[in-house]
Amino acid sequence: MLMQATKRAAMTLLAVPLGIASMSGVTLPSSPIPVEMIDVAPRAYAYRMAGDFNQAGWPIDAPLIALTRNSALHIMKRQVTAAEYDRCVAEGKCSARAANESVEPELPAVRVSWRDATAYAVWLSARTGETWRLPTDEEWVFAAGSRFHDDGLLVAATRNPATRWLARYDRESQREALDQQPRPAGAFGVNELGLFDLSGNVWEWTNTCFTRQSLDEKGRPFGPSSTNCGVRVAEGEHRAYVIDFIRDARGGGCSVGKPPTNLGFRLVREDGAVSEIAFAWRRLMFND
Amino acid sequence: MRTNHIAFGAAILAALAAFLPGRSEADLKLPREKVTLVAPPFVHPHEQVAKSGPKITEFRMAVIEKPIVIDESGTTIPGLTFNGSIPGPLLVAHEGDYIELTLANPAANKMAHSIDFHAATGGLGGAALTLIQPGEETTLRWKATRAGVFVYHCAPGGEMTPLHVVSGMSGAVMVLPREGLRDGAGKPLHYDRVYYIGESDFYVPRGPDGKFQSFTEVSDYFPKALEVMRKLVPTHVVFEGKVGALTGKNALLAKVGETVLIVHSEANRDSRPHLIGGHGDYVWETGKFDNPPEKNLETWFIRGGSAGAALYTFRQPGLYAYLSHNLIEAVELGAAAHFKVAGQWNDDLMKQVSPPAPIGAEGATQAKSRKPGS
Repeated sequence: MLMQATKRAAMTLLAVPLGIASMSGVTLPSSPIPVEMIDVAPRAYAYRMAGDFNQAGWPIDAPLIALTRNSALHIMKRQVTAAEYDRCVAEGKCSARAANESVEPELPAVRVSWRDATAYAVWLSARTGETWRLPTDEEWVFAAGSRFHDDGLLVAATRNPATRWLARYDRESQREALDQQPRPAGAFGVNELGLFDLSGNVWEWTNTCFTRQSLDEKGRPFGPSSTNCGVRVAEGEHRAYVIDFIRDARGGGCSVGKPPTNLGFRLVREDGAVSEIAFAWRRLMFND
Repeated sequence: MRTNHIAFGAAILAALAAFLPGRSEADLKLPREKVTLVAPPFVHPHEQVAKSGPKITEFRMAVIEKPIVIDESGTTIPGLTFNGSIPGPLLVAHEGDYIELTLANPAANKMAHSIDFHAATGGLGGAALTLIQPGEETTLRWKATRAGVFVYHCAPGGEMTPLHVVSGMSGAVMVLPREGLRDGAGKPLHYDRVYYIGESDFYVPRGPDGKFQSFTEVSDYFPKALEVMRKLVPTHVVFEGKVGALTGKNALLAKVGETVLIVHSEANRDSRPHLIGGHGDYVWETGKFDNPPEKNLETWFIRGGSAGAALYTFRQPGLYAYLSHNLIEAVELGAAAHFKVAGQWNDDLMKQVSPPAPIGAEGATQAKSRKPGS
């Protein structure tokens, strides 16, 4: 009798979302994993565009533009952990991380590709009835605030292609060499918007594809862009463009340049009328 | 009675010693020069063309046993090193000189060590005469009779020889022709800079979780490392003892117009150096300067157990990778270094006629809209 009651109590407890710090007022009655969220308030911000740009045929820094986000961004406070990712694996919806890899469950899930991260987002969305996805590069920069490291080289226009190569190499070489060992959430500190561990030793996947765009003399797009969604932007100590199936970029994409130490991710949750309705319907149908 | 025998014996020995060569070092009437060694990739100052006659060059090295981190994951193995660096320092002399090395094995060390100079003659390269226990030192002098770059390595004997070598204990010497380097026609060749790159193959066991194990004690490391060694497939192939050691802030520097000599040794395993974006203008692939250098090589071959030398004059600025052109070894196992080269770009040698742009007439038009450069 007592055992039955205890069991029921335990099951009820599991159904209660624990540790939700969301300030948006939305609760998750049966989230498989409690997820701490940060709501980043709307604001205007500077954004260095991602991708390759050239002007009159010569490579230049990507334009630095002013963006304004008019709605709050709901983004995970910390990176997805190994335990969370492995839940998706256990349910058959995500590929297992490296064979025999024993990482402590509370450490960030690393050695995950963009495809792995996307599969996780799809699984989490199905489990919660909400829309989870990787941030776009703009959203990541918006949430990162001072932790975004502008990758503009700020070198004078030159016909010597070596100038930009050397400037980028020197810029990346200045950064502290971080050891590869994943650290517990918070080990790399918190930014001014409340997010943990941005630009630590884990580079975070975004959904933004690699693009190349020509600009005219006035800086306006000139002709169509080339887009390669087989390569996605990974953000961290420096911006990286990584092939979507790569789990470990330490070998580097090219012969020279500093690659990401680890690849991991955090997700944003979209709030919208559609997702609210789906949410309510699910609750109704499954009585949980 | 006993005392008398001892005294008599001592007197005989003293008399004999006056006729015995060597210990007093008075046999060679040559000037001496003491040289302070420099950690690789740099090389101690030296003349390329010998300005005076043969001399005895004195060097001193100590064997340093210390844990070494060999990759960015922090994988640690018990390192065995000449003078604390992997590779050990490059010793430079001229053909006809004598190299006199004092090798010390500090008392804090746990193992016996020795040195085999591939450039020397007899005595197992010197290893037969230099086996020192912790707390001992010895001095060996050998004549540099052959011009070239040559490996040296520790060789205590038996299984310890490969173990010591794949724990970091090798280096190289450079014996220059007295008149300096020359091409096949006898034209003098001069270098503005010299870099010494020592390539090491490491064999690190993995734990049940698939990750590399770390060790600080040779006694723990050796039995497990031996299993990996016997499969002949290294887990790490690195320059200067660590993945990335010659990259980033430690990238090698040069300028357009500068001539660089790259000395490359591998004491155990074959390698195939390649300078991405450059060439070997003159390459002594087998490392011996009496042979005319090959010219204009893309990739050259360093036989395991040897050193080679390549001369190149940089012609373009930018980034170069110097790697072993088994690209798996270069990218996955660590066999790559970077050069940063400053200077003016040469459009005659290479020009991007049109930058990457979408395929098709419109794309081509955009690309060719590029304004002529200054």
